[in-house]
Amino acid sequence: MDRVIFGDNQFFAVNHMSDEKSRAQAMRFKDTRAVMDVLDIVYDLGIHTFMCTTHDRIAEVCDFIRADKQRYKDFKIYPCMPYAHKYANAVTELGIIGTLKRFMPGSILGTVARGGMAVAKQDFISMMKLLVDAEMTMFKGLDIEVIFLQNVVTDLLLGLGMKDFFVAFTEHVKEKYGAEAGFITMNMPLLLDKLEECGIENPIISSSINKIGFRMSGGKHLYETVIQERNFRPIAMQVLAAGSISPHEAIEYVCAQKRIQSILFGASTRAHIKQTKELIESMSWKENRS
Amino acid sequence: MIKAGLVGLGKMGISHCSIVNTHPEVDLVAVCDTSKFVLSCIGKYAGIKCFKNYKKMIDTCNLNCVIVATPTKFHADMVRYALKRNLHIFVEKPFCLHIDDGQEMVAIAERNNLVNQVGYHNRFIGTFQKVRDLVRDNTIGEVYHFLGEAYGPVVLKEKGGTWRSDMAEGGGCLYDYASHVINLVQFILGNPDSVSGSVLKKIYSKGVDDAVYATLLYNNGLSGQLSVNWSDETYRKMSTQVTILGKRGKIIADAQECKIYLRDEQAGAKLEKGWNLRYVTDLSQDVWFYLRGEEYSAQIDHFIQCIKTNNRDNINSFAGALQTDNIVNLLKNDAMARV
Repeated sequence: MDRVIFGDNQFFAVNHMSDEKSRAQAMRFKDTRAVMDVLDIVYDLGIHTFMCTTHDRIAEVCDFIRADKQRYKDFKIYPCMPYAHKYANAVTELGIIGTLKRFMPGSILGTVARGGMAVAKQDFISMMKLLVDAEMTMFKGLDIEVIFLQNVVTDLLLGLGMKDFFVAFTEHVKEKYGAEAGFITMNMPLLLDKLEECGIENPIISSSINKIGFRMSGGKHLYETVIQERNFRPIAMQVLAAGSISPHEAIEYVCAQKRIQSILFGASTRAHIKQTKELIESMSWKENRS
Repeated sequence: MIKAGLVGLGKMGISHCSIVNTHPEVDLVAVCDTSKFVLSCIGKYAGIKCFKNYKKMIDTCNLNCVIVATPTKFHADMVRYALKRNLHIFVEKPFCLHIDDGQEMVAIAERNNLVNQVGYHNRFIGTFQKVRDLVRDNTIGEVYHFLGEAYGPVVLKEKGGTWRSDMAEGGGCLYDYASHVINLVQFILGNPDSVSGSVLKKIYSKGVDDAVYATLLYNNGLSGQLSVNWSDETYRKMSTQVTILGKRGKIIADAQECKIYLRDEQAGAKLEKGWNLRYVTDLSQDVWFYLRGEEYSAQIDHFIQCIKTNNRDNINSFAGALQTDNIVNLLKNDAMARV
């Protein structure tokens, strides 16, 4: 995995600090071309991994990338699935089975029968695989190394103790897409325990890691110990804690946790992207020397 | 360990199930739902004992408490049954569809000295707690008006078919979305005395309202507007906001930030003249497990701590939720009177 990974929250009006900023982002990135303009900056600055949710708009981004394969030949996409609000809002309206019916793939030949059969037989693992395949359709033909389970789903399964799904997801993305499984969580220490328990070794886990302990369930100290002592591949996200820590201080903290492999961030302007990337690189260099 | 059972495995029920299941002081003994589909998934993969009949679950599992997250029309019977067997109860919002049922529950819970809580999670969000404190401390002077809003993208097409599209079962924006805002207003400003100009607007739904617009009035002269719409696709998820106008300042708050404008500096409260910003990153409390928001874990933990410490002064009690049901009814009657 690359040291620096670019995220997509800013494109889809996700701002953990302000609904106002979210609205401004929604306006700015109304056209997918505006998203591509930022991704072009990112790519040209040498950041070659883009982590993105399976939002409908990402399908359009994938079209752009496929259309100019030469330009984006080193671009790696890390899909995160599912785009949870799509399901959450549907469950409120349609109930759980209604939602499954809506999103179970119906356009691909054969999956209607397979999906229907899976629901009828209550074959939940098969249903999960069909939903993964449905979400993966938009990434066809792109370079996919890691496929992530989004945090609401990861943490829901974690709380319920449904570790069979973690195993099945890991196996399915490997067998079908030749990719590694990644897990996004707000409960990293607990998740690592659970993944190890079900035999998933050296897992890729993306979680909030920041100087003020924001969204780090179990506490900052526990996170630091786990990162230092346990065998997994941590990706740090929310390093700026929704903007409440200065970039310098934030990156310095994360880089001091030496076993963090990658740092995920999102930004909308060239200046911010460049500054954050350079900070990560200079701090990583400094920390590695010390 | 506190032994818990859970009834209703819909969206909130499953979320509670996940949270409760990780709580270090709780043993989630059993769950109950009528869906064979959902039960078989929970039974098979989560290994939690499953029931199709809540009475059987309550009668056989030797529980200390029950979490009820079923459609609203079932709340009264289930809560009554559990209360009579001396179980502490957390029930999802809204509390009850009929006021007399609600009054009975409040009385039984009090008589049997049982912890009773309703899932109005906004009371556990740091920014809204901050607003409540600021108003209580008279930071913005006498409050004369407010605006309570919530918007989200739940119903965007003309269809439906679950209990949420039937008002008699507790469906619709008034029960589902607006009740949250009303309860939040009650938390911050106390209980409104009357309502006026209520509009329950159907946008896409046929059987229920998709938006609620109304004026809330207090006998002391305070007034406020309610503006709630669950058919607004410009929002990614439910977004709740309150604006409070006082004679010496103003507060605008949502789940992320609390913006405070003051005419004069208040050194004691560490607030400057003009705009002050307080973010959820400074105001949220740490939780042992996070799913969709700290507030969901915090409210469950509060319920459990109330049981453990014998605290009956719950900040989200049946009695408070009954006041919310009361305002919901006033709004319904006010809107119907003009049809």
